[in-house]
Amino acid sequence: MKYQSQKVALAYFACAMALFAAQVLFGLLVGYIYVAPNFLAELVPFNVARMIHTNALIVWLLLGFFGASYYLIPEETERELHSPKLAYIQLILLMVGASGAVVGYLFGIHEGREFLEQPLWVKLGIIVAALIFLYNVSMTVLQGRKTVITNVLLLGLWGIALFFLFALYNPANLTVDKIYWWYVVHIWVEGVWELVMASVLAFMMLKLTGVDREVVDKWLYVIVALALFTGLLGTGHHYYWIGTPGYWQWIGSVFSALEILPFFAMVMFTFIMVWKGRREHPNKAALLWALGCSVLAFFGAGVWGFMHTLAPMNYYTHGTQVTAAHGHLAFFGAYVSMNLAIITYAMPYLLGRKPYNQVLNMASFWLMSSGMAFMTFTLTFAGVVQTHLQRVLGQGYMDVQDQLALFYWMRLGSGVVVVLGALLFIYATFVPRREVITNVVSAPAE
Amino acid sequence: MSEGLTKSQARNIFFGGSLFFFVVFAGLTAHSHYYAVSTSTNAQNLTESVERGKRVWERNACIDCHTILGEGAYFAPELGNVFVRYGGKDDPAGAKEAIKAWIASQPTGIPGRRQMPNFHLTDGELNDIADFLEWVSKINTQGWPPKDSG
Repeated sequence: MKYQSQKVALAYFACAMALFAAQVLFGLLVGYIYVAPNFLAELVPFNVARMIHTNALIVWLLLGFFGASYYLIPEETERELHSPKLAYIQLILLMVGASGAVVGYLFGIHEGREFLEQPLWVKLGIIVAALIFLYNVSMTVLQGRKTVITNVLLLGLWGIALFFLFALYNPANLTVDKIYWWYVVHIWVEGVWELVMASVLAFMMLKLTGVDREVVDKWLYVIVALALFTGLLGTGHHYYWIGTPGYWQWIGSVFSALEILPFFAMVMFTFIMVWKGRREHPNKAALLWALGCSVLAFFGAGVWGFMHTLAPMNYYTHGTQVTAAHGHLAFFGAYVSMNLAIITYAMPYLLGRKPYNQVLNMASFWLMSSGMAFMTFTLTFAGVVQTHLQRVLGQGYMDVQDQLALFYWMRLGSGVVVVLGALLFIYATFVPRREVITNVVSAPAE
Repeated sequence: MSEGLTKSQARNIFFGGSLFFFVVFAGLTAHSHYYAVSTSTNAQNLTESVERGKRVWERNACIDCHTILGEGAYFAPELGNVFVRYGGKDDPAGAKEAIKAWIASQPTGIPGRRQMPNFHLTDGELNDIADFLEWVSKINTQGWPPKDSG
């Protein structure tokens, strides 16, 4: 850690991991309700458990983005953060909002649009926190060295805040509501979040492999160009069946099919950088997570997204377990892994130690990744069966669900593995015990 | 990365192209918004009751179990066409009453069956949500879903 103010990242990562634990535990609860539907049916109905599962995910990923930004921006700009104090105030604001929202949900206090269930005061708090954050990092960047990584990262972060403003617009017409709801949901995860993901990966490649910045910069521009060129009009794959014009079936099919390209480019980028790299960085676990991130994002977001994105196919699969399968692996591959990668990379520096507990950390990677992959397969099979029975043969929804019970049991099992992996990761990261990999030859890079 | 592409070219392509695609996207969205209110959703039938029904739908987070036009939580049936499924095309009044009765009679408490909570809706709210579901069922969704089963 070169700059004192990078330390704020530690608090962000700690809060992110607390919410990560909550997210996977509520995920386990939701998975259990699928196989034992009477469980807690009165106390914590499915809809409440599910909104905690998804909201905790979104908030901890954002906390991870903020922490990653606070960690890498001082190094990139070569100066201290504009104000560490503001960064802590921002974190307190977010944590009050997040915990307030969770407690509120348990008592049935929420708004009712998917993923945007936060009460208005929480939404406004998020916006204030985002403004504080953007002011803080923008001032730091303006006064320091400008790099492509910080440019792209800032653009992504500003995009996150600007597109969130559409969360405040909730018209009475359901179709119009949905059109702009996707401005938040799709343009976040298949647009501006990819900018954050690509720039954090670029930063890690720079540090872990020692490849020339010039090379990394060019890759970064190509990746984010592909992301936005395909991702913006790719929103059309959500505009097929919600009361929007028929031309979206063409536009959405063509552009969202191309959305696989930025993810493929990220796989190429990370692997080529590692092959070309001359640096032997001691933090093997961080490298594993970074490579795993690009690969799993390619499969989860790219391949599983493509699988049901063409309109004639989506006509049958829309809103089945196929969508759930894609959602789980896409979020895990792209954004969970990216956050865990940067946390794995940064924590030794934040704690002033050599990389520690690497074998445990890598074990957690394989536990979580194989668990998520298995979950994705079972949900995909469930979705295919559901599509055929319900959408082709026209059997009733609940009759079909009863026939999917085996898949839901297997999903629950894979969920247990993921929870164990997540807890192991948190333990390996926050409870430093001893060095595990010691045969390091070259000097660690900063 | 190819030697032929310089960093500033890559940057200009990124910013120029992104701006272009965003403008196209925003333009098409504006048209779709216009199409929704003028053509596809029977906006003239969007009564105050339908609007109140949408708020009932939101206040009780129905979407975190059900789907509506395919979007939601996949844990409970699709409701975009529930009005059709309840025979609303032939007997609108009967379908409305059936939907209201179903909501009011929850939960079933049957072991091993997914439970819908009782949301303690008033008669007015039940009426509003039924009107909302009727209105939604008449949105032109390009023929989706393929079967009435949702």
